[in-house]
Amino acid sequence: MKKETVEQIKNDPKYQELVSKRSRFAWTLSIVMLVIYYGFILVIAFDPSLLGTKLGSGVTTWGIPIGVGIIVIAFILTGVYVKRANTEFDDLSRQVKEALK
Amino acid sequence: MKKILLSFMALGAMVFAAGALEGEVQKQPLNVSAIIMFLVFVAGTLGITYWAAKRTKTAKDFYTAGGGITGFQNGLAIAGDYMSAASFLGISALVYGAGYDGLIYSIGFLVGWPVILFLVSERLRNLGKYTFSDVVAYRLKQGPIRSMAASGAIATVVLYLIAQMVGAGQLIQLLFGLPYSWAVVLVGALMIMYVTFGGMLATTWVQIIKACLLLAGATFMALAVLAHFGFSFEALFAKAVEVHPKGEAIMSPGGLVSDPVSAISLGLALMLGTAGLPHILMRFFTVADAKEARKSVFYATGFIGYFYILTFTIGFGAIVMVLNNPEYLDLAKQAIEGGAPILGGNNMAAVHLSHAVGGNFFLGFISAVAFATILAVVAGLTLAGASAISHDLYANVFMKGKVDEAKEMKVSKMATVGLGVIAILLGIAFEKQNIAFLVGLAFAIAASANFPVLFLAMFWKKLTTRGAVIGGFIGLLTTVILLIISPVIWVEVLGYTEAIFPYKHPALFSVTAAFIAIWFFSVTDKSDDAAREIEAFDAQDIRSQTGIGAEGASAH
Repeated sequence: MKKETVEQIKNDPKYQELVSKRSRFAWTLSIVMLVIYYGFILVIAFDPSLLGTKLGSGVTTWGIPIGVGIIVIAFILTGVYVKRANTEFDDLSRQVKEALK
Repeated sequence: MKKILLSFMALGAMVFAAGALEGEVQKQPLNVSAIIMFLVFVAGTLGITYWAAKRTKTAKDFYTAGGGITGFQNGLAIAGDYMSAASFLGISALVYGAGYDGLIYSIGFLVGWPVILFLVSERLRNLGKYTFSDVVAYRLKQGPIRSMAASGAIATVVLYLIAQMVGAGQLIQLLFGLPYSWAVVLVGALMIMYVTFGGMLATTWVQIIKACLLLAGATFMALAVLAHFGFSFEALFAKAVEVHPKGEAIMSPGGLVSDPVSAISLGLALMLGTAGLPHILMRFFTVADAKEARKSVFYATGFIGYFYILTFTIGFGAIVMVLNNPEYLDLAKQAIEGGAPILGGNNMAAVHLSHAVGGNFFLGFISAVAFATILAVVAGLTLAGASAISHDLYANVFMKGKVDEAKEMKVSKMATVGLGVIAILLGIAFEKQNIAFLVGLAFAIAASANFPVLFLAMFWKKLTTRGAVIGGFIGLLTTVILLIISPVIWVEVLGYTEAIFPYKHPALFSVTAAFIAIWFFSVTDKSDDAAREIEAFDAQDIRSQTGIGAEGASAH
């Protein structure tokens, strides 16, 4: 890639918008996932009985829906990211490429 | 109490051993229906290999299936690469023995995937061509950086391969009644055929078929279990609590995660290790563009998450239907040790359950699927290892990039055969060894050597060749040394009474060491080369953000 092209793309407001929006979104989602997972791990390390609390009158504990919930949330977060990336971010990216022609 | 804790720890190590069945394994009588179903699988996959071989002409075809795999197909293939026999047998065994703790492990294996999607997958696709070293070496000095990245990749692949081979030998002995060495040679020979003739295209389809079979088999088992309880999880759990010797303790966290340092360290190894496994990273180059790469992770996360929920159900099903069922009891062992040991050990819980819910025919099916699972995983590993040898070491380090494609492909095929032979020999050599630490070590190296270099190459402008090479090797060495002096090897393998390093999972320390070393040796690098490498970051970043100039797909 030529030096002028690099400068041109870097100064393209669409490119700047793409980079800032996507990094903010990607890092936010990553932090959400990390906080949920490490929160779960720390509860297990420091107060495992919390997850052993009964959900209702039966034997099922809070740990079950929380554990399965984390798996489901992980999947939903990937879906949220893919949805926005495939529409909004790809559009911006296309505009940046077209501006080069 | 201490004994219970120890057995929990042993279980944890077992899951990490990815299908490595510990202890003495008794050969079972020949299982005919399993063998027939397995032969059908082998015939089918060899047919695919023949088909793929005719379509594998260029290096790009060989390494990445021409970049023509769709996001959905690749998602299934990633799931196929990731759902090893260990996840299936090991995690259901963990649930069978300890209940809730099995779920904790599954979650650790899953949560790396969203992070890979958000931070790694698109950039990886936009920058790389065949291997993750392409990405690492994008703006750095080819020779040293590729040697370092290839060392990390090959170390990860070989350790993982040995664990799979030993697991395969023992599993096949148990399931099919074939001798250990036959099994190892058979697995090695088949994987060499898939990879040398069919390259990535055949490997991908083997993964896809295996993923579908495994998901279908596990779904049937989970549904059959739930049907017994009117599709009520509460009823299943209630019965399990009633029959399990640990009673209500199986519904809450047990001794698997004992202290915060080990807990966080294990979490890091699982999460960052997943993002540093060469055979997984390589899968991102098989799709056309960043969009398909994203979709791959979305589907893969869905399939893998669903699979872990199934294994959890299957583990509870085994508690209810296998535990205390005289048909599956190891009477000889019970006479000596008491309790209710099952034939073949806890790792066989899911296999016995398949018999309990579907009779001999379904037992054969699940056995064949377990074998197919190992085959698919070793094929992916071997391809990744062979690419590191041919594309990184031979073509770019040794020949300095001046090599024609035909020659490079020939070298990668030779490397495949070489790796296959090494895997067979080491698989046989390690038969009676305690290999529980091998996959843990592979994940830890992936997390501490491959991941930090890859991550900083993509995100940190000031990374230089010197920082990446020294830091990467420090990560690699720290992991190996800490693991040797940890309880895992120092006590359990070498037999000393007390470990020098108290934690079983070194990742927290080795990952930190790698990041600090990469940072330090990069910022103190004032050479002209370093200045050029820093300057080249902007162009690299534009390509990684937008895909401008990235390798496109060929028409397939």
